[in-house]
Amino acid sequence: MKSLIAQQHDLSHPKRQIDVINNHSEKVKSFEKFESKMEEAGLYPLKPTGIEIFQINVGYMCNMTCKHCHVDAGPDREEIMTHETLEQCLEALDHPEIKTVDLTGGAPEMNPHFRWFVDEVSKLGKEIIVRSNLTILDTRKFEDLPQFMADRGVEITCSLPFYSKRRTDAQRGEGTYDKSMKVLKVLNEIGYGKEETGLLLNLVYNPVGAFLPPDQGSLKQQYKDRLWSDHGIVFNDLFTITNLPISRYLNFLVMSGNLEEYMEKLITSFNPGAAQGVMCRNTISIGWDGSLYDCDFNQMLQMKTNHGAPSHISEWNLEKLNSREIILNQHCYGCTAGAGSSCGGATT
Amino acid sequence: MDKTYYNPEDLKKFGNVTDFQEKLGKKFFDYYGSVFEEGALTAREKSLIALAVAHTIQCPYCIDAYTEDTLEKGCSEEQMMEAVHVATAIRGGASLVHGVQMMNKVDKLSM
Repeated sequence: MKSLIAQQHDLSHPKRQIDVINNHSEKVKSFEKFESKMEEAGLYPLKPTGIEIFQINVGYMCNMTCKHCHVDAGPDREEIMTHETLEQCLEALDHPEIKTVDLTGGAPEMNPHFRWFVDEVSKLGKEIIVRSNLTILDTRKFEDLPQFMADRGVEITCSLPFYSKRRTDAQRGEGTYDKSMKVLKVLNEIGYGKEETGLLLNLVYNPVGAFLPPDQGSLKQQYKDRLWSDHGIVFNDLFTITNLPISRYLNFLVMSGNLEEYMEKLITSFNPGAAQGVMCRNTISIGWDGSLYDCDFNQMLQMKTNHGAPSHISEWNLEKLNSREIILNQHCYGCTAGAGSSCGGATT
Repeated sequence: MDKTYYNPEDLKKFGNVTDFQEKLGKKFFDYYGSVFEEGALTAREKSLIALAVAHTIQCPYCIDAYTEDTLEKGCSEEQMMEAVHVATAIRGGASLVHGVQMMNKVDKLSM
């Protein structure tokens, strides 16, 4: 499967995506604007609480082409963060307010400077999270990475959209489930996911379709039971993440005739408590070219930080960023529905 | 008149039944909400029971609603279909067990 951009698909353009989620039909046009909903909740304009998480998208290249991917990542994507931009990131994140460096992609492991960068961040004493698709660690070039990451105490947060093969492979491609189980066993063998080692192995669930995630606590127990009984696999935590109507997932919603219903569901499930805890309030997202965004979703829609805040890593200014206004649009309903959603799972 | 008796959009209007009889409608929805809360059975187990019952009573609204609800409770396709088979087994069994009545009658009528 090719990325939308390689297919020259209409929905590969961020402006077109924003247009669809706002104006797809008369019904979609009639939906209450997110800003107005936030105003009712006393959260507009939305302001940050500080920058604790420095999330870097080190490139859109990936060995997989998952059907729901909001990044439109894939083997045909060539956008990769350069050494120079990573150096600028190192300079910016060397501040006590920033506790965590979260590396995402694409497959972040595929950035040629990945190992050097992890080493440098590790020297600064920051908590490091690597968002892995698991299957990349089953390739010869990267098979030594689990030990490399373990030696540096890196937290691995990996995608496993369901505990069954059927649903996992439906979203991520045939054979993904078996490879994922193989890599999870390797990670367990070197101590990941075991309470006594402190090596954190967290799984990410996201719905394989046009519905909301289950209760995180209850689903975590189901995953624990099934992965242990079927494969002898252990892990630390499970994060449930709601799919946002962006890129390939948006394309799925449009093609399957689910867009209106899904948006309506997100909107009717708006939870002011979840809105309080949205991740953009304590996170900054850095794009492969050094551009700054309020989150990885805004990054994919090319909605850069604004309202007087710097919009590129070369202009980094923590004070200005901490007083910025967060950029909102209709996709933001995905983070405020039900129990809320963030890169760290439910927010309530 | 609509071309069909069942319109998926009508499910969203279910709450409007209180327009004609508020007191009883409200009592029903309060009760309904309580029934599906976590209790001695989990919300997930209750959702699977509801899915099975929806198939037994062949209510299109309920099938749509509880298919989505079971997915949102983390149920797998296998679990959902097994719930439907439970409904089918009881429903089919209810017919078949009357075969005993038929056999009794045959015995009575036959030499």
